[in-house]
Amino acid sequence: MSSPDLLYSELEEDLRATVRRLLRDRCDWTAVLARCETDEPYDLALWRTLAGELGLGALLVPEELGGAGASAREVAVVAEEIGRAVAPVPFLGNVLATAALVACAEPPAELADGSRIGTVAVGLTTPPQAPFPQAVKADGSALTGAVPAVVDLEVADLVVVPAIDADGPALYLVDTSAAGVTRTPTTPLDLTRRFGTLDLDGAPGRRLAAGAEAERALRQALLTAAGMLASEQVGLAQHCLDSTVDYAKTRYQFGRQIGSFQAVKHRLADLWVGVSSGRAVARNAADALARDTEPELAVAIAQAHCSDLVVLAAEEHLQLHGGIGMTWEHPAHLYLGRAKSSQLAFGIAETHRSRIGELADLPTP
Amino acid sequence: MTADATEIRGRVAEFLAAHDPRSTDRLEFLRARFDAGLAWVHFPAGLGGLGAARELQAVVDTAFAEAGAPDNQPQLNVIGLGMAGPTILRFGTDEQRRRYLRPLWTGEETWCQLFSEPGAGSDLAALSTRAVRDGEDWVVDGQKVWTSLAHRARWAILVARSDPDQPKHKGLSYFICDMTAPGVEVRPLRQITGEAEFNEVFLTGVRIPDSQRLGEVGQGWQVAMSTLMNERVAIGGRTPPREGGMIGEAAEAWRANPDKRTHGLHDRLLRLWVDAEATRLTSIRLRQQLAIGEPGPEGSAVKVSFAEQNQAITGFELEFQGEAGLSYDDWTFRQPDFASLTKRGAGFRYLRAKGNSIEGGTTEILRNVIAERILGLPQEIRTDKDRPWKELPR
Ligand SMILES: Cc1cc2nc3c(=O)[nH]c(=O)nc-3n(C[C@H](O)[C@H](O)[C@H](O)COP(=O)(O)OP(=O)(O)OC[C@H]3O[C@@H](n4cnc5c(N)ncnc54)[C@H](O)[C@@H]3O)c2cc1C
Repeated sequence: MSSPDLLYSELEEDLRATVRRLLRDRCDWTAVLARCETDEPYDLALWRTLAGELGLGALLVPEELGGAGASAREVAVVAEEIGRAVAPVPFLGNVLATAALVACAEPPAELADGSRIGTVAVGLTTPPQAPFPQAVKADGSALTGAVPAVVDLEVADLVVVPAIDADGPALYLVDTSAAGVTRTPTTPLDLTRRFGTLDLDGAPGRRLAAGAEAERALRQALLTAAGMLASEQVGLAQHCLDSTVDYAKTRYQFGRQIGSFQAVKHRLADLWVGVSSGRAVARNAADALARDTEPELAVAIAQAHCSDLVVLAAEEHLQLHGGIGMTWEHPAHLYLGRAKSSQLAFGIAETHRSRIGELADLPTP
Repeated sequence: MTADATEIRGRVAEFLAAHDPRSTDRLEFLRARFDAGLAWVHFPAGLGGLGAARELQAVVDTAFAEAGAPDNQPQLNVIGLGMAGPTILRFGTDEQRRRYLRPLWTGEETWCQLFSEPGAGSDLAALSTRAVRDGEDWVVDGQKVWTSLAHRARWAILVARSDPDQPKHKGLSYFICDMTAPGVEVRPLRQITGEAEFNEVFLTGVRIPDSQRLGEVGQGWQVAMSTLMNERVAIGGRTPPREGGMIGEAAEAWRANPDKRTHGLHDRLLRLWVDAEATRLTSIRLRQQLAIGEPGPEGSAVKVSFAEQNQAITGFELEFQGEAGLSYDDWTFRQPDFASLTKRGAGFRYLRAKGNSIEGGTTEILRNVIAERILGLPQEIRTDKDRPWKELPR
């Protein structure tokens, strides 16, 4: 097998520059903080610019389904920037829904141009290899059941719902404005990315796929989103490292920059080592998804590594900022909330390690 | 495949047609390969290369390996190939390059590195081996230590103090030392594994012709820095296949011994497996950066992670073995030709891996390097920078 391409292409770097510029102008952390306790915690105007005007929503969609025919490699670059900015946009839900629809050969037109927002009705902590969910039953086209911890639910217009119908597992598309659909938001640890419980009481759905095809599509959606999450985590960790390094150069104690003390220097050096390898494994996951070369193993490795790395980075960020890091006015808590929640998303590191044990023939006792 | 790769494959095919690996003498074959510019293709023409892109080396090596051609046994001349070679290329005169590079590459002449001293390890610039000019020669006196392969080496790269009145970094010069010269005495130094991979080297009135100086008088520190950068890339730059390193031993042991598995050890093994895979991918990324000409600072990251992981994995191996982990394979004193961690027992691996975080720069020093050179954090406080070396406390 040929080596994975772990670098960024020129096109990918251009894409990064565009997204970073936009996020710097429209969502620096003061804007994120100002928004997070209001009635509009999500910046949907920003999302429409990102998804529609910049075309990011169409990256994962193949040309024959009306998309840009790019790949997970490009989406991963966007994910890094979204993590870096803790941008309050429904990115993850959109990746899930788009990947699910594409896997069902369904053109996700309105999701791709940003005019509508989608998600998938699975708990956010569901790992890609989890068995097909049983919580929703379909009777004809009427869906009934409840699913907690659905990401980006409160702003979603469309939800792909895994359900059990007369033929077994199936995927249905539900419009959240339909009768019988109730959404209850949960108070989130991560103020920049929300989730809630979806209640369906005979809500109308359109069947997208059934049986093995539905199972495959759901797994693909979870796998893609988990892979993109690894890149988001690397972007977030990189931000925490950069901002802590800057602070260590400007904060003086004992007549010296705190970054001149080895106890601080060595921790930052170790974090840099972690982020460097995080970047390599996350790139590897994106590349494997793009080329379909052992994506399940690559994603499991990336998640096993990056979901702990991101928490370490956010915790070091806070600790090395001292008291200022504990204040509401400092963005450290926004990063910590996103980091810790994203550690749980799609399974904690140990869950991914056990999957690696199966895939790499390192069986349990 | 790129046009360059196709062209270079053509050259290899032409070479193999003219030099049948089955009937050509091994050394003759290697010399001819060097002369054809197919030794290290990114070196200049006439010096074993073609001035080609570094990434084409893999194409060449694969083609020769497929043809069953003899290799230059790189594991037997690690310091020559990884450190002396690039340093001579960069700082040597044309005459020096022509004299030393060919037998270095073919393996006819092995190299060692006379840098560390009893009083100068991490603080290498504090070294006190003296080099005094005497006509066309330098006369060298001092003691070096931890010198790997000194017992096999024909040549050494040597840093010595040529001007004690200068501050420590400024009074050093860099030489090529003939290990067979009168006054060079090599004594094996037994290490914790029982064998002697490294040595003490005593230098007493050793005469080194000025023509064997590398770089300017007083420029020894810059030359040594360049050597050490190459060392870190050499150590960190290897890209084994998945489970290619130490983790492969642990994984195989796990598969072979179902009765010894426990749940706690299972998660530990998987953590180590993921870490090893992350380091492997980081080193692939480093190689890809090098190939397009961006020297990646990831080299230091790989060296730090590699050392930490080898130590954790070899410790795990012993615990997993249970009773068998109490025994050692062989304490016989010997002087090996090279350091291999895979041909010996788990106890040997455990002990030898301890050197991984010391040799080639300790993990602590590498953290300083990462913090200062990559993250731009303040330098260590230095009280010795501008004082003449001879006035420093020792
Ligand atoms: C297996 C092996 C092979 C070797 N082969 C060679 C060889 O072929 N040629 C050669 O020249 N040398 C060789 N070396 C020597 C090696 O380069 C040195 O051992 C190394 O640079 C450390 O120096 P030292 O042993 O004097 O330790 P010291 O420098 O005395 O360090 C002792 C401890 O203090 C820490 N320390 C020192 N300074 C600092 C600082 N500023 N900040 C924080 N911590 C610090 C170190 O990290 C270490 O933990 C070899 C070593 C080993 C183990």
